[in-house]
Formats: sequence, structure tokens, C-alpha cells
Amino acid sequence: MSDCYNQPDLQGHFGQFGGIYVAETLMAALEELRIEYDKAKHDPAFIAEFHHELKHYVGRPSPLYHAQRWSEILGGAQIYLKREDLNHTGAHKVNNTIGQALLARRMGKKRVIAETGAGQHGVASATVAARYGLECVVYMGAEDVKRQAPNVFRMKLLGAKVVPVESGSKTLKDAMNEAMRDWVTNVDSTYYIIGTCAGPHPYPMLVRDFQSVIGEECKRQSAEQIGRQPDAIVACVGGGSNAIGIFHPYINVPGVRLIGVEAGGHGVETGMHAAPLTANAKPGVLHGNRTYLMQDENGQIVETHSISAGLDYPGVGPEHSYLKDIQRAEYVAATDDEALAAFHDLCRFEGIIPALESSHALAHAKKLAPTMSRDQVIVVNLSGRGDKDIPTIARLAGIEL
Amino acid sequence: MSRIQKTFERLQAAGRQALIPFITAGDPHPGITVELMHALVKGGADVIELGVPFSDPAADGPVIQRAAERALAHKVSLRQVIGMVAEFRKTNADTPVVLMGYANPVEAMGYPEFSAVAAQAGVDGVLTVDLPPEEAEERVAILKQHGIDPIFLLAPTTPPSRLAAVERLAGGYVYYVSLKGVTGAATLDVGSVASRLAELRQHVSLPIGVGFGIRDAESARAIAAVADAIIIGSRLVQEVEQGEAGLANRLTDFLSGVRAAMDTARA
Repeated sequence: MSDCYNQPDLQGHFGQFGGIYVAETLMAALEELRIEYDKAKHDPAFIAEFHHELKHYVGRPSPLYHAQRWSEILGGAQIYLKREDLNHTGAHKVNNTIGQALLARRMGKKRVIAETGAGQHGVASATVAARYGLECVVYMGAEDVKRQAPNVFRMKLLGAKVVPVESGSKTLKDAMNEAMRDWVTNVDSTYYIIGTCAGPHPYPMLVRDFQSVIGEECKRQSAEQIGRQPDAIVACVGGGSNAIGIFHPYINVPGVRLIGVEAGGHGVETGMHAAPLTANAKPGVLHGNRTYLMQDENGQIVETHSISAGLDYPGVGPEHSYLKDIQRAEYVAATDDEALAAFHDLCRFEGIIPALESSHALAHAKKLAPTMSRDQVIVVNLSGRGDKDIPTIARLAGIEL
Repeated sequence: MSRIQKTFERLQAAGRQALIPFITAGDPHPGITVELMHALVKGGADVIELGVPFSDPAADGPVIQRAAERALAHKVSLRQVIGMVAEFRKTNADTPVVLMGYANPVEAMGYPEFSAVAAQAGVDGVLTVDLPPEEAEERVAILKQHGIDPIFLLAPTTPPSRLAAVERLAGGYVYYVSLKGVTGAATLDVGSVASRLAELRQHVSLPIGVGFGIRDAESARAIAAVADAIIIGSRLVQEVEQGEAGLANRLTDFLSGVRAAMDTARA
């Protein structure tokens, strides 16, 4: 299977997943994007500029850090952290927004729009819009606007307009609906920067390609620092862009377990979660692609629950659905409580405040490490830093900031 | 010959254009929908587009979004909507009914079962907003096996290169989206619609209906002069939103006015 991995097909299918499920008005724009991306991908100047920006603006490569003390305390495998939290803007999201903003500029689009959950992608979009002189509008569920106030202010400081979305469950999926409505209305002038590896083709592919810098660096760094590749790679999965970014370069590497950690909320058995893969949800169609989807028996999308706004999404990028089906990646869930415990561990034992999203991956590493031997290695993709979550954590502790 | 085809042939022979109203099934509650469908026919509807509510209507403006939310508050399902069509068919055997909605409720039911049950109930066509021809091939084949016409959208942005696929797969009529935007958006430009339709007719043999932005007798008359059908949605849903008092009569009266205006369009 893995030595001939070549997904998606020309129409954007990862097996039965992915594809293009959008209203006719957007079909031409998606075709234009597909063609332009194909050209850009083969244009050495474009690739050079992308890497130049990643180095000098984002601060890449991000370190691969041995969390020695935490590993010692857990008493099993050595845990390494791929430090995406040290990127400019504080998360992996910027890798993708730089790539897409360069595409937007190449296509002559002067206005970009984005959806955001936790606000990390919104901030990353607002950041590159400022950097390249583009107008930027960010759609954000009204519920998320409330729970992620610091990021809302950051976006405004960066010159973006933040539009609270009041429809549906007022979270990430509704923000994405509203961004699609904006795009269909302003399709000539506007580039839609999708933040995760979902949406209609070619988005899942191009987001993956831009994020793959994480896995490519990790491969080089593992060889240099550990002298071999890790035994397991663990990453959180909402839509799944940080996970696909670190997984993808490893798909053809045998012996490396790829483990995606979904948001287990109050527990997958309670139904209050955002873990479609772990909960064996049925495939369905939402936001332009076919994928495993949390839905009721009538095909209505159900509300999700997670302590982390960035994982609070009923679907998952189609490539993850495919990797689950072909059994190249495993998908598990970590509950809110498990994520919080891991969050505190990393603060106290390593002096690193992780994002609540990434804390789900840490929570699984914490379970996994003691079952492995001391000479084995787990890499956790530390996808973002937790500064934005401090108000949430304080509230949970009953502390007034 | 399908009910939709028959309807268009009858109208064409009389030199008239089809009037196609849209309402969301189950809005404001499921008990009233069949009555409203009959009221639309009384007002001059030639075909009815019945919206299937969906939790994430990404191609709809606020008016039809709210209609879906009202219907979903009553947990209106695709199966119930098909039941409403069966009920309507008990007293109306002639007016074609097209279900309009999003892919996922149909996916959840599965195309073979959906097509069988819908055909049995008297559904004539299905318009799935987020199912472009690229993904439609197998699904359309199942619909057609059951005599259901797949209705496709065309947009101002549709390049000529895509029309052949639509022509090959579509049945009944095609729905030309008159503007870039969501349902219920601003105003349409009659001149650009007219020139675009002339272009489309060179590639598409089915009747062409025009929707998005038609909201009164005036705009209906203007579009009826160039299209085979006019489709009115958000304006009617706004009427539903005004409350149930006299609703059926208000829908009938509004459509009668539109119908009268259309019939003077090419006079």
C-alpha cells in the first residue's frame, strides 16, 4: 500500500472521500485554483519564495525538542515535541496561510476571507493579509468569539474584520458556511483561505502540501538527532491539518505508527464529543467534500463538543478518512479532562504552555509512552501554544483574571 | 414522458412560461406544508420546488436559512418531506414536484432507497445544490432508473466547457442562477441574464428556468420575456415568515399577481 501512495486522484478523491461538492457558482473558481496551484507547485520561484518566508518570517525550521523530564516522569518511551508552537503567530496554521496568500497574490486577488474556530487560523490569515497588503475578513462562530476573545482582538490589531456568525451552532462549521456564502457572492475578487485539510478539491491537497513542511523537517531532524525515525507520531485532529502535515511525509515510511487524536469531549460514549473517526461515524457530504461525518439518522449535522474550539468540528479532512480506511493511520480520542491534565503536565514539567488542541495529542502520548520501552521514540506534533487558552483555563479553575 | 416534460410542452404550445415557486417543507411546521402546496397551485404554480431542510445550508441566504431552522425545530426529515409529496399527490396528479436541497440527507438515506421511495410518492425531480455533474454520474443513473429528473444548476460563472456534462446528465429543466451569491440576494440584471441565456441555449436543449433575485411581478415579467421558467423562493418564504394568519391565501394572491404579469411578458 504505502510505497505507491499517490492521493488524491485528479478530481480530488482519496478513495471514496474528498471530491468537489459545491454549488455550481464556485466550480469555475475551484478549477482556476486547481490550475494555478498546479503551475505554482512546479514554479521554482514560487517554491523558493514560500521557503524564504517560512524561514525568515515564520522562523522555521521549528525545533524537534526532547521532552526529557516529562519522558522520565512517564517512565517509558522518549517523547520529542515538534515545536510548531514556536512559529510566528503561535501555531502551525501560518505555514498554510503563507502558501495560500502567495497563491492569492499570484491570482491577482486583493481580498481574502477565512473561517476560524479557535482563532489561530484567523490570526494566521490576518497576519499574512497584513504582510502582503490584502483586505481580510474572518468569519468566526459567535460562540467562539466569546471563548477566544484574545485572538479576536489580535485579528483586529492586524487589520482584519472579524464577523461573528450567529447561525446554527455558532461554531467553526457555521463560520465555514458563512465563508462559503461570502465566497460565492464575491468570487471574482476574493480568495478563500481554508484553514484545514477539508473543503472541496484542491483545498485538502494544497493545505496538506503546505503543511507537509512539518513532516519533512521532522524526518531530517529525527535522522540528525535520534539517528533514526520515530516509532510513533502523534498529532491532534479536528479538521486535521497539523496531523496531515506531519503524517504525509511518513506515509511511505514503514515502521512509523501514525496516530491522530480526536477531541473526546465528555467521552466518546456520551455522544458529547467531536471525534467522528473514533466514534465510527458514517460517511457524508459537508463543506465541499465527502468524509466521515457526525450526523443524525436523517443526515443532519449534529452539534459537537470539545473544550478546544479548534477541534470542535463534526467532520475531518477526507485524507484522514482514507488513511483510517486503509489502516495506515490510527485514530483515537482524548477527553477534555485528559487533555487538561496533559496541558498542566507540560506547563509544570517542561515549562511549555501548549494549546488545548495540542494537549489532546499530549494526552495520548502520556497514555502511550509508559507502554513502550525507554529506547523507543514518540514525536508529538505540538501544533500550537496555549496563550490564547489562558482565559479558558483560568475560568475552569474558577479564577478571575 | 415525465410530468415535468409534459408540463413544459403544454406551456410551450400555449406560448407561456412556467412559474416555479419554492417553499421549505415543514416551515413553519410540517402540518401546513401540503395545504401551502395546493395554495401555490391555485395561484398558478406550474411546478413546485419543495425545499428539504438541512442543518448547514451554505448556498442559502438568511431568509431560507431561517426557514430551514424553523423546519428543523420540528425535526422535519427527508422521509417526512417525501411523505408530504405523497399526501399532496392524493389530490393533485398533475403538478410536478421537485425536491431541492443538499447532498447529505440523500446520502444518509442512500440513493437506491431514496429514489424508490421518492418515485413511489410522486416526486418528479431532485435538485441537489452541492452535487455538481463531476460527482453526479452514478447518483443520476439511479435517479433516472426510477424516472426522477435530475435538475442541475448553471451559474454566471459556468464556462462553456462544463455545459456538455450538464446537457448529458440533466433532466426536466436546468436552473440558471441569475447572480453570483446566495438565495435571496440583491437584484438581478435582466440584460446580462438575457445574453447569458442566449449563449446557454446553444449548448442546452432542456428548458431553462431562472432563479435568485426574482421578487415581484416586475422582475418576473422581465425574466419571463427571456426564460422558459421563473423561480421564486426567498420572497415566498418571507411571506411564510410573516405568520400563519391567512398564509395560504397570501401565497395564492402573490403568485396570481406574478402569473398575470408573466402572461403579458411576450404579449
